[in-house]
Amino acid sequence: MSGLIKSSIVRKVVMALSGLFLVFFLAQHFTINITSVIDPETFNTWSHFMGYNPLVQYLLQPILIAGVIIHFVMGFVLEIQNNKARGIKYMKYKGSANAPWVSRNMIISGAVILAFIGLHMYDFWVHEMAYKYIEGNPEDPTRYYAETVEKFEPIWRTVIYIISFALLALHLLHGFSSSFQTMGVNNKYTPAIKTFTKAFAIVIPLGFAFIAIYHHLNPITH
Amino acid sequence: MNLNLKIWRQKDATSKGQMVDYPLKGVEEDMSFLEMLDVLNEQLINKGEEPIEFDHDCREGICGTCSMQINGQPHGPDRLVTVCQLHMRSFADGDTIVIEPFRASAFPVIKDLIVDRVAFDRIQQAGGFVSVNTSGNTLDANAIPIGKDIADTAFNSATCIGCGACVAACKNASAMLFTSAKVSQFALLPQGQVEATERVQNMVRQMDLEGFGNCTNTGACEVECPKGISLENIARMNREYLSATVKG
Ligand code: HEM
Ligand code: SF4
Ligand code: FES
Repeated sequence: MSGLIKSSIVRKVVMALSGLFLVFFLAQHFTINITSVIDPETFNTWSHFMGYNPLVQYLLQPILIAGVIIHFVMGFVLEIQNNKARGIKYMKYKGSANAPWVSRNMIISGAVILAFIGLHMYDFWVHEMAYKYIEGNPEDPTRYYAETVEKFEPIWRTVIYIISFALLALHLLHGFSSSFQTMGVNNKYTPAIKTFTKAFAIVIPLGFAFIAIYHHLNPITH
Repeated sequence: MNLNLKIWRQKDATSKGQMVDYPLKGVEEDMSFLEMLDVLNEQLINKGEEPIEFDHDCREGICGTCSMQINGQPHGPDRLVTVCQLHMRSFADGDTIVIEPFRASAFPVIKDLIVDRVAFDRIQQAGGFVSVNTSGNTLDANAIPIGKDIADTAFNSATCIGCGACVAACKNASAMLFTSAKVSQFALLPQGQVEATERVQNMVRQMDLEGFGNCTNTGACEVECPKGISLENIARMNREYLSATVKG
């Protein structure tokens, strides 16, 4: 096992599999969130299901948290090792001549996403845990829509979310198709994978940003 | 044309080294980059100074020794060429040209622009071969029919000249392109399949031991490779490695 983790290819595969898992999660998360713009009732139903279904709470949620941790810890480990692999830097290094910006700065886009995940967990998850387990409130399947819209009332939070979604787009632009290359898939489907990556990496973060802006512009009037 | 050269000078492996300015006049645009350095070195020798050490051998793009970083790119600005095939017409009169050795912890500088690339040899020795019975009844390799597409793909992988530009270009100083080309040239052919499992495991292990970085699929290597070795080789090596790992 320790022999495996010493292998650079195994580390890459861990990065790719955890990344792909997060991509799936992102798609699922988006599907639920977009209902908050279309039909608040559906959003409440789904949010309640996610919040109280034991399979989601005790199996999927821990897997997701582990996935995020494995992904970013491995990301930082790789970054440190890669820095060491070039102990003395170039005086002049023209990285833009042979590789796109997004591929060279995954650690920057990743670090911003990590900071965002911190804020996002504080905004929703910590609140949810406190509501359920500390305050011991009863189940209320109708509260989610109002709670969500309220979050986007302050402009600062809306702006931070939008910036984070932009960096998420950059991270995915490289990361999604890159994980296929890591898994050894580079064949006649690769152009299609790259096209799909571009579409996904732009549409999904843009959609998230749209949801944030929509709720900011349409507050619930009391 | 007149140039302002900034060249890395380092006395030996343990000295610190620094950039030194060398203005050079009367450079012909038909000179190769190495010929331009020859002219500079003659001037330095005439002045009683130490010439700039750089590696070179074939001067026709096949030996892979003439490695240096030119204006932030391995082998300079042109694609699919080594430094010996790079010509001064790719530069303009009055240009400043920064010339450095390839930088990677696994490629320590020996002197000036010369780096030690024996790490590549050790990766090759770890598995980049086919064991052949040489007792006298060796089979002719051509006795085994091989499809043209496979033969061509294997040949393309085998054109890697071990120059190290992939490592030099990579922001992570990863040697995945080189290693994958050397794995692929055997993995594709029936002769190479007998030892396929150990080959990929041993070569990747040696690659990691040498202290090269981890691949992050930026693709800089395939852009800078003078022989056009593609990322498909890395994907193939990853497949080989994963199936070897599963097989145990
Ligand atoms: C928690 C903060 C995060 C950090 C610090 C981070 C960092 C990194 C780093 C350093 C890489 C390696 C670069 C590479 O191999 O190309 C990477 C790859 C990747 N990341 Fe992230 N990331 C984070 C979050 C995410 C999220 C939320 C997703 C998906 C929604 C994601 C998806 C991916 C994918 C698909 C890859 C490609 C793996 C591969 O190339 O094989 N990452 N990440
Ligand atoms: S893969 Fe290309 S760049 Fe790397 S050593 Fe071989 S020929 Fe040079
Ligand atoms: S001197 Fe042999 S490749 Fe340039």
